[in-house]
Amino acid sequence: MTDVQPLRRSLPRIPDRFAAFGAVLLAVVVLAALLAPWLAPYPLDEPRPLERLLPPSGAHWFGTDQVGRDVLTRILYGGRTSLTIAVAVLGVSAAVGVTLGVVAGYAGGWVRDVIMRVTDVFLAFPALLLSLALAVVLQPSVNTVILAIAVTWWPWYTRLAASVAASIATRPYVDAARCLGVPAPLIIVRHVLPNSLTPVLVQLSLDAGGVILTSAALSYLGLGAQEPTAEWGLMVQQGQTLFTTNWWVVTFPGLAILVTAFAFNVLGEGLRNALDPRRAVK
Amino acid sequence: MLAYLARRLGQALLVVAGVVVLTFAVMRLVPGDPAVAFAGPKATPEQLAEARARFGLDDPLPVQLLTYARDLVTGDWGTSLRTRQPVRDDLYLAFPASLELVGAALLVAIALGVPLGVLAARHKMRLPDFGVRLGSMLAVSVPVFWLALALQTVFASNLGWFPIAGEYDTSLDTTSPLTLWTNITVVDALITGNWPIFTSTLEHLVLPALVVAAYPTGVIAQMTRAALIEESGQDHARLERALGFGETSILTRFALRPALSPVLSLIALVFAYAIVNGFLVEAVFNWPGLGRYAAESIRSLDTPAIAGVTLLVALVYVLANLVVDVLQGFVDPRTRSR
Amino acid sequence: MMISVRDLQVRYAGRLVADVPELDVGAGECVAIVGESGSGKSTTLLSLLGLTENAEISGRVRVCGVDVLTASPKALREIRGARAALVMQSPQAALSPATRLGTLMRRALKLHGRQGNDVDAALEAVVLDREILRRYPHEVSGGQAQRFAIALAIALGAEVILADEPTSALDVTVQAEVVGVLRRLRAERDLALLLVSHDLALVSTIADRVLVMKDGAVVESGPAAEVLAEPAHPYTRELLEALP
Repeated sequence: MTDVQPLRRSLPRIPDRFAAFGAVLLAVVVLAALLAPWLAPYPLDEPRPLERLLPPSGAHWFGTDQVGRDVLTRILYGGRTSLTIAVAVLGVSAAVGVTLGVVAGYAGGWVRDVIMRVTDVFLAFPALLLSLALAVVLQPSVNTVILAIAVTWWPWYTRLAASVAASIATRPYVDAARCLGVPAPLIIVRHVLPNSLTPVLVQLSLDAGGVILTSAALSYLGLGAQEPTAEWGLMVQQGQTLFTTNWWVVTFPGLAILVTAFAFNVLGEGLRNALDPRRAVK
Repeated sequence: MLAYLARRLGQALLVVAGVVVLTFAVMRLVPGDPAVAFAGPKATPEQLAEARARFGLDDPLPVQLLTYARDLVTGDWGTSLRTRQPVRDDLYLAFPASLELVGAALLVAIALGVPLGVLAARHKMRLPDFGVRLGSMLAVSVPVFWLALALQTVFASNLGWFPIAGEYDTSLDTTSPLTLWTNITVVDALITGNWPIFTSTLEHLVLPALVVAAYPTGVIAQMTRAALIEESGQDHARLERALGFGETSILTRFALRPALSPVLSLIALVFAYAIVNGFLVEAVFNWPGLGRYAAESIRSLDTPAIAGVTLLVALVYVLANLVVDVLQGFVDPRTRSR
Repeated sequence: MMISVRDLQVRYAGRLVADVPELDVGAGECVAIVGESGSGKSTTLLSLLGLTENAEISGRVRVCGVDVLTASPKALREIRGARAALVMQSPQAALSPATRLGTLMRRALKLHGRQGNDVDAALEAVVLDREILRRYPHEVSGGQAQRFAIALAIALGAEVILADEPTSALDVTVQAEVVGVLRRLRAERDLALLLVSHDLALVSTIADRVLVMKDGAVVESGPAAEVLAEPAHPYTRELLEALP
């Protein structure tokens, strides 16, 4: 047997394990956040003024910050903040976005036009920008961050769901159901929603990284989580003047954001390739 | 093509109208009285009333919205509460600096992202492909403000290879003053032949531009790869193979041009994203652009200024999308005749 | 022999999709492979130029004297186009959308070190105006695109043409045009022509010999006149009866 692909240079092929790799990485991040109270070597929010800015050591793996708190402990708890924000934002965005999108796609006509034009307007604002404006207007807090990002994120799901719904609304079995007098809401729940689920799931995974980055950026700008909440972006902001002298105060929280966003992105990419055979490369 | 353009233009105008309404709504959400903010806390009731009248705050909301829209169209973007300057003038100074930063970053991103995408597609499912894919996923996952701090600390503070902050060495203003044409420093320095400021600006640009370029580079590399793989699976790639062309030649000489069409439309999205990402980078590198202006405005709750920045970026986004739609006609001849 | 195939077996993921014990095409000869879609006829054709992706191939395949299955990528690229040319089913989809026809022609000539003055003769041979070189694929008709693909082969000096359903995507009148061009070139230039088609009417007008394939296997072969007049295999009879 000859593998006739003579034009390909013969580097070894590597199987695509992105989904598995991302899932494992994400599982580590989620477990670390969930088990923070048990994993953390020190209690949260216990400043020890005598142990300020200690470099990484056996006692403090990631060192201590400017008020003598263990950086590893705060990073573990910070995962809870970031993941909570991501889940809340995506939950709200997907619920609102998919509902509107399915209605728009299924109904068509002027209903669709109105919904899609409003969506266009919101999409014209980059997420961080409108969040900035909103976060200024409202009191800075974790809840503000969730609200501000969710306001800018739902339109993506509307677009996605609308296109899926529009393609399903023309399928013969949906036509048949409509002719039999099945009410529209029932058709939507039975046929349109389940079919929108897969692309929405992939999108959720791909978006989670973006939400984490945006929320960290808002906190970094002082418009999100406030002291003493353990939040990675906030930790970077508070430590930034110390970077040259005490690198660990900034480096580790930044890495935590990077790893978490990376885990979501890799998982999303892997899922997309696994679930959408058209995009996958055999 | 003309009819298509007209329709796209109409859509864009509709979006712009929506953007104005939304910006107005966000501004009205502000707790606290803009009149108090303008007249100051020690203002007399008469001064307050005067300020209210001046801003039209006693009118019903729809009237205020129409007044706001009319002012915007006639070029009155309000007065900054902080700088006491017309917002439009402030933006006119800050925006070119942002454009300079984002423009440089996008050039870097295209120059790196497209070849990386080609490399990945050429060796798909092999080591270079996985390297590019993982690398581009890292690039889109890195928090920009943190990357900015890290590069600044390592390459500017510790190694001293690049300047720490600013747009150019301002001491040059006395020795070789810059004549302004476009307000984009690097361009002005180039066209007036002001080499000291030109090289100084380039030196100052390297680190912030690299940071802003990270995200677009990753996105462009991924998109180029996907589009090329799709294109090289088409019928025409089989004919090109049958004509004896090698894989690299098929990708770069036949598949790349049609594949760039989706990549181009992405660049509009990435452009707006890069401007906003630039905000964070500008804060770290003290770059005198929109981001620094926005950050200062936010700190002083300067709503007209914030609304101005918001509106400007949204407009730029809408415009970028339009431009890309037109450009696509040139890249992909099929869309031209549509 | 321009094409000589012995014991060719093509498998995808272990499944046998084409099994051709013997196939020879000499210069000036036309052999047709007929069968329904999925019978393995296109796979057979593509495997002659090493164009099947992810397939396992065994046997012996010689095209223009080169052993395709053991040839180096470079040797294979040299016979592709220059000595053995492919003409595909969907003519416009087979041309890169953003490349003018003239650009494709120029690049292909340069690749194989041919002169530009072969172009005029080639275009004349397929009855195309030089003006076509300035056009993009979406600006030409299906028949023009197909004749251009043949012109490419001629300009590159191909001795073998492998045609995969060259007429099935065309209108009836245009089909006759393309068949006419193929038949004339075969006579004038002593081309070896391997034609894959499900169209027995077309095959009967041009082929010297016929292979009938079903489910990957050759069920009948012989001189075209014999096979089409007195089919031995029931499947061939079915195909013939399906003719209008």
